[in-house]
Amino acid sequence: MIHAAGVVAQVVDTEWIGRHLDDVRTYTLEHLLLTGLAVGIGFVVAFPVALLVQRYPRLYGPVLGLAGVLFTIPSLALFVGIIPFTGIGIATPLTPLVVYTLLILVRNTVEGLRSVPSDVVEAAEAMGYSRRRRLLRVELPLATPVIIAGLRIATVSTIGLVTITVLIGWGGVGRFFLDGFARRFATPLLLGIALSVLLSVVADFSLLALQRLATPWARGRR
Amino acid sequence: MITFDHVTKRFDDGTVGVDDLTLEVPEGEVVVLVGPSGCGKTTTMRMINRMIQPTGGTLTVDGQDVMTVSPPQLRRRIGYVIQQVGLFPHRTIAENIATVPELVGWDKARTQERVKTLMATVGLPDSVANRYPHQLSGGQRQRVGVARALAVDPPIMLMDEPFGAVDPIVRSRLQDEFLRLQLQVRKTIVFVTHDIDEAIRMGDRIAILSEGGKLEQYDDPERLLADPANEFVADFLGAERGLKRLALIPVSEVSAEPGPVVSPDDDRGNAAEVARSYGTDWVVVVDEQRRLRGWVSLHELDGRIADANLRQFALSVESTDSLRAALNAMVTSRTGVAVRLSEGGLYEGIITQELVSKEIR
Ligand SMILES: Nc1ncnc2c1ncn2[C@@H]1O[C@H](COP(=O)(O)OP(=O)(O)O)[C@@H](O)[C@H]1O
Ligand SMILES: [Mg+2]
Repeated sequence: MIHAAGVVAQVVDTEWIGRHLDDVRTYTLEHLLLTGLAVGIGFVVAFPVALLVQRYPRLYGPVLGLAGVLFTIPSLALFVGIIPFTGIGIATPLTPLVVYTLLILVRNTVEGLRSVPSDVVEAAEAMGYSRRRRLLRVELPLATPVIIAGLRIATVSTIGLVTITVLIGWGGVGRFFLDGFARRFATPLLLGIALSVLLSVVADFSLLALQRLATPWARGRR
Repeated sequence: MITFDHVTKRFDDGTVGVDDLTLEVPEGEVVVLVGPSGCGKTTTMRMINRMIQPTGGTLTVDGQDVMTVSPPQLRRRIGYVIQQVGLFPHRTIAENIATVPELVGWDKARTQERVKTLMATVGLPDSVANRYPHQLSGGQRQRVGVARALAVDPPIMLMDEPFGAVDPIVRSRLQDEFLRLQLQVRKTIVFVTHDIDEAIRMGDRIAILSEGGKLEQYDDPERLLADPANEFVADFLGAERGLKRLALIPVSEVSAEPGPVVSPDDDRGNAAEVARSYGTDWVVVVDEQRRLRGWVSLHELDGRIADANLRQFALSVESTDSLRAALNAMVTSRTGVAVRLSEGGLYEGIITQELVSKEIR
């Protein structure tokens, strides 16, 4: 440990970091913006699809199949291949990022809705809930833990992917990588990695906290 | 009142869940649907609140064809309790019970008042009001299920194996409480079970169904046990049909015999004569106030009865007890008879096995 810390101290130029605090701020904000938009738009697309699948279960196979195929396209190919269609605006990094969230978000939302015990759904029906009200008041609240679990995975994986968009002129904290590679200089590389990991951890914990807030009934249950 | 008029349910896959069922559930009575698993009990029950749509025939609730009422409207007038209870895990006990009041738009004060009353009615302590369902015992959850179904005082209740998931002791207590509650509330109840003993205990009438929702017999418990319509029904009622029937007949249905009675002042001579005229070798000792002192065998008697070592009847019955209880008293006494006492504990006579079998033959 002490040895490793010593190595880091040797290769990390803290003075350089001190001079680039402005970059740290702008890149982090860009990272957050891309991640937030990607996961947000991904959820807005995935949610109605999941509801549709819940209503017509036969769609589940084809929908998951399509999302799975999209998910397996190599990310580099997708980021570069999309430029002719989307130009150089924010849509270029965003479109692939959104696409990669879909599989996880659709699957977790559907599984969340399916995890609601059938006797609870039946009881709601028997009490006289309309389909819509049952969804809002019973099924969605109970599906929340699984849906948020999906958001957590999607968010963490998107934070990683955003660094790759440096290759198409974006990148968030990934922009430090370019600097590092270009100048064979370890400090920006390590800084980029550290910031990316830190963002993932903070985002994950925030969503976990949100989940606990949203499901007071589950406290102390496990 | 609920009427099934040639009602049929054929599922999409061709399975016939219920076949041409004609049945009337009278106002204020408990009708039990009973039969082997998969015979169509749940299907029959769920057609009443349209959770399952009939594919043939007419089903009316209080004269109104259910197909002409919107399902949510219909369901808010019909309480529903199931075995798995189906409490909402994300709502507190009080919120669970308030489900239907909230749906039909009661104000807060009225709802709160009602929740409080209902919790007392079904025997739930106030302290559980703000807990979540997973913090309660199985028996308590079952009570919440009943309270939730009763919330807006619906005239009709559907209960699908409501006590199936709790242990036998709790089940028996819930059954007792249910019967006591029903005496007060007089709901029209359709009760589903696969347990014939529960059916006999709970039902004013019993509908026995066989595979494919075919109605084999519809009668009150006593007639069902006395006169099964066919072999299927007899088989389903089981080998102890006679005993089950005895459980339904009160002791007051048979007239007790006076019995070989002597007073403490009598001696062996009187006792032997009384015993002989009855064909027994023992006598019952009853004092001037008609209080039962016990019984004594002639072999153990010499001299005055008052000096003899009297034996006690371990069990006795009153007029409201069942003949099954009387039979139980008989087989546990060396005399082979049951003594019947008045409510005040005074001697009324004896019940013999002949009297009992004559009654059920
Ligand atoms: N949705 C359905 N689709 C096809 N068959 C069904 C459906 N629901 C029930 N059944 C069949 O109908 C029959 C009666 O079922 P049910 O009413 O649940 O029986 P019970 O409650 O008496 O155990 C069974 O054979 C069951 O498999
Ligand atoms: Mg059933």
